[in-house]
Amino acid sequence: MAIKTRMDLKKIRADQEAGLVLDNKEEKNIQIIVGKGTCGIAAGAEKIFNTIIEEIEDQKIKNIIVKSAGCMGLCYVEPTIKLIVTGESETIYGNVDQETVRKIIERHVIYGRQVESHIFEKPAADILKEENDDNFDYRQYRIVLRNCGVIDPEKIDEYIVRDGYAALEKVIFQMTPSEVIDEIKASGLRGRGGAGFPTWMKWSFSKSVKSDKKYIICNADEGDPGAYMDRSTLEGDPHSVLEAMAIAGYAIGADEGIIYIRAEYPLAIKKLEIAIAQAREYGLFGRNILGSSFNFDFEIRLGAGAFVCGEETALIKSIEGDRGMPTPKPPFPAIEGLWGKPTIINNVETLANIPVIINKGSSWFAKLGTQKSRGTKVFALTGNINNSGLIEVPMGTTLREIVFDIGGGIPNGKAFKAVQTGGPSGGVLTEDFLDTPIDFDSLVAVGSMMGSGGMIVMDEDDCMVDIAKFYLEFCVEESCGKCAPCRIGTKKIYELLDKISKGKGELSDLQKIKEMGNAMTKASLCGLGQTAPNPVLSVIKAFEEEILEHITDQKCRAGKCKDLVTYTIDKENCIGCTVCARKCPVNCIEGERKVVHKIDQSLCIKCGACFEVCKFDAVIVS
Amino acid sequence: MSVKEASGIEFSDKLMTFIEEWKSKKGNLVMILHKIQEEFDYIPRQAAIKTAVLLDIPLAKIYGVMTFYNFFKLEKPGKHNIQVCTGTACYLKGGVDLIEELEILLGIGVNTVTDDGIFSIESVRCIGCCGLAPVLLIDGEVFGKLTKDQLPEIVAKFKDK
Repeated sequence: MAIKTRMDLKKIRADQEAGLVLDNKEEKNIQIIVGKGTCGIAAGAEKIFNTIIEEIEDQKIKNIIVKSAGCMGLCYVEPTIKLIVTGESETIYGNVDQETVRKIIERHVIYGRQVESHIFEKPAADILKEENDDNFDYRQYRIVLRNCGVIDPEKIDEYIVRDGYAALEKVIFQMTPSEVIDEIKASGLRGRGGAGFPTWMKWSFSKSVKSDKKYIICNADEGDPGAYMDRSTLEGDPHSVLEAMAIAGYAIGADEGIIYIRAEYPLAIKKLEIAIAQAREYGLFGRNILGSSFNFDFEIRLGAGAFVCGEETALIKSIEGDRGMPTPKPPFPAIEGLWGKPTIINNVETLANIPVIINKGSSWFAKLGTQKSRGTKVFALTGNINNSGLIEVPMGTTLREIVFDIGGGIPNGKAFKAVQTGGPSGGVLTEDFLDTPIDFDSLVAVGSMMGSGGMIVMDEDDCMVDIAKFYLEFCVEESCGKCAPCRIGTKKIYELLDKISKGKGELSDLQKIKEMGNAMTKASLCGLGQTAPNPVLSVIKAFEEEILEHITDQKCRAGKCKDLVTYTIDKENCIGCTVCARKCPVNCIEGERKVVHKIDQSLCIKCGACFEVCKFDAVIVS
Repeated sequence: MSVKEASGIEFSDKLMTFIEEWKSKKGNLVMILHKIQEEFDYIPRQAAIKTAVLLDIPLAKIYGVMTFYNFFKLEKPGKHNIQVCTGTACYLKGGVDLIEELEILLGIGVNTVTDDGIFSIESVRCIGCCGLAPVLLIDGEVFGKLTKDQLPEIVAKFKDK
């Protein structure tokens, strides 16, 4: 049916709610939700879904609903499924294979006994449960991810039941555009894309410009390597972003929304297309939304793999079909953006907060977080950490809580070394900052930045020179080449780091890096160039000693810089089993059976294969 | 540019319809290049020439745009293009080692194709499966939490496909 009026929307909500409640209370008291985000599917969620269906058919179980949803956040134990029995708490099972499905059906579904060995508490167990929605003591608090892993993103009714499109209805009928902007201002929401610019301010700039056409763009070109918050949000709850864009459109007087999304995210694109089509069919987008005079519709535009397109002016160029190269600001896009018209560009996560702020009120939202950074932040917790996954925590949570409580610490008993935030624009945070409450300003104060939310954990085996080199190499490739400081600066700093990693660095190189870095920060045209030196500058600040070892002692303590490592064979431990010699890809290990082997250093490519295969600790790395 | 040059390649009806639909829209080039790559797995020179004629824009403009973005390929990839993720999480967990091992296994470097045209290796930035790092993708299928030892088996699986 079409939703032509507010009453129609209300009716859908009531009907569905009644339907679901009935399902749950009487006939169908068990729900199984399968997490089918990209990582879930990669780990085999589709097969698991089918197995569940087959099993309950075979066993003729009638009181169960099986459905698909987005990511639940437990990336390290995908595929994951959630089992909800009416009146009981939810159980999340991880590392589910077909055998586990059978066990879960047999024990949990039929006899109500959990399959303990597949229950994974972190990072899901401490997520706020809805019924306690005013209890702020939980370690994780899901606002942005509120529907991810809960609703089926391909069914608009499920979104509507959970207050979906209620915020859009509220702004159209109960608020003026200025009141909407005031509400966002009172909430203290700042842009989650990286820099933390106040969202309301951007909106009010655009609102104040008189123009026949304005645009709302959602930046879903998540280019930071090691971050996938936006992808998961779009895959699990596309409507919340669409609803927010329409609200933004109402606030500034725009009637067109453009979603600029990475072509590398096919599943998220598909979910968005389905969501837009369903909402259009319902009449929630298009002309005269809910019988009002407000019009709003969408178009999807694909990115094509250019990190610089995260920069607003470059993103606009890309939508205009050109090379995505930034232009000088001012004019700012909010005043003069796409096709010269006022354009608001908000990031996915920023937008996903908006319906909740409108529904629950700015004062509710502002209770979460710190004085200057309100609300929550979603992080993709990855790298050398036990429970890697997607987490959402209130601003002001400390790194220690994230890494050691939620993340479960470092695997294999290794020592924590650093956390990298902000990707190629951010920096490293060492042990000294484990107790710093994380928000936009505190991270900048310690030489990093919030960035979009990638949080990469490093342990003692990671070399900081290597990490700095990795990010610089990324920026060399991604620099668009328009301005000299970035084009030349990234390349020159990379070359110096490469030299240091090969043991050929000089002490004066550090000074050169610092000078060039500072020049790039001051003189580059856009954010990419201005922040590209951050990773290396923060490494120099926090790990100077380690870099100096590379320069003066030609030593890499982590053993990652291949040119500084030699592999030798210990005469005492080698039993002459020939395993290493057979594994060596360049045949540089000599020695017959039961004779101590020897590595020919002139041929060795330092791949470490011999070290990995030796069971007798006879290969020594030095 | 002559019409003859432009006719050196055949576009499917689906692609032609898409181009017709987008022709009048502003900023259409990136979207059209995506569709072309979807059809050919890369953007053949002849296709770029034909697009220049269809959209009435200089070929140089198309060349400029397609070389700017990493996603667009100018060379035909192998029948099975092996995309190894070298995003930060995969890098830390040995993504580069996977590439080196594949290079040895297949005897080719990154961005090159085996002589029989079956495999090519590509290094890609973050496919968003960081929880499964290190990962690689072949024909859209994701292989996660990989070690070098698993590669020969995976390659063998696709060899005869």
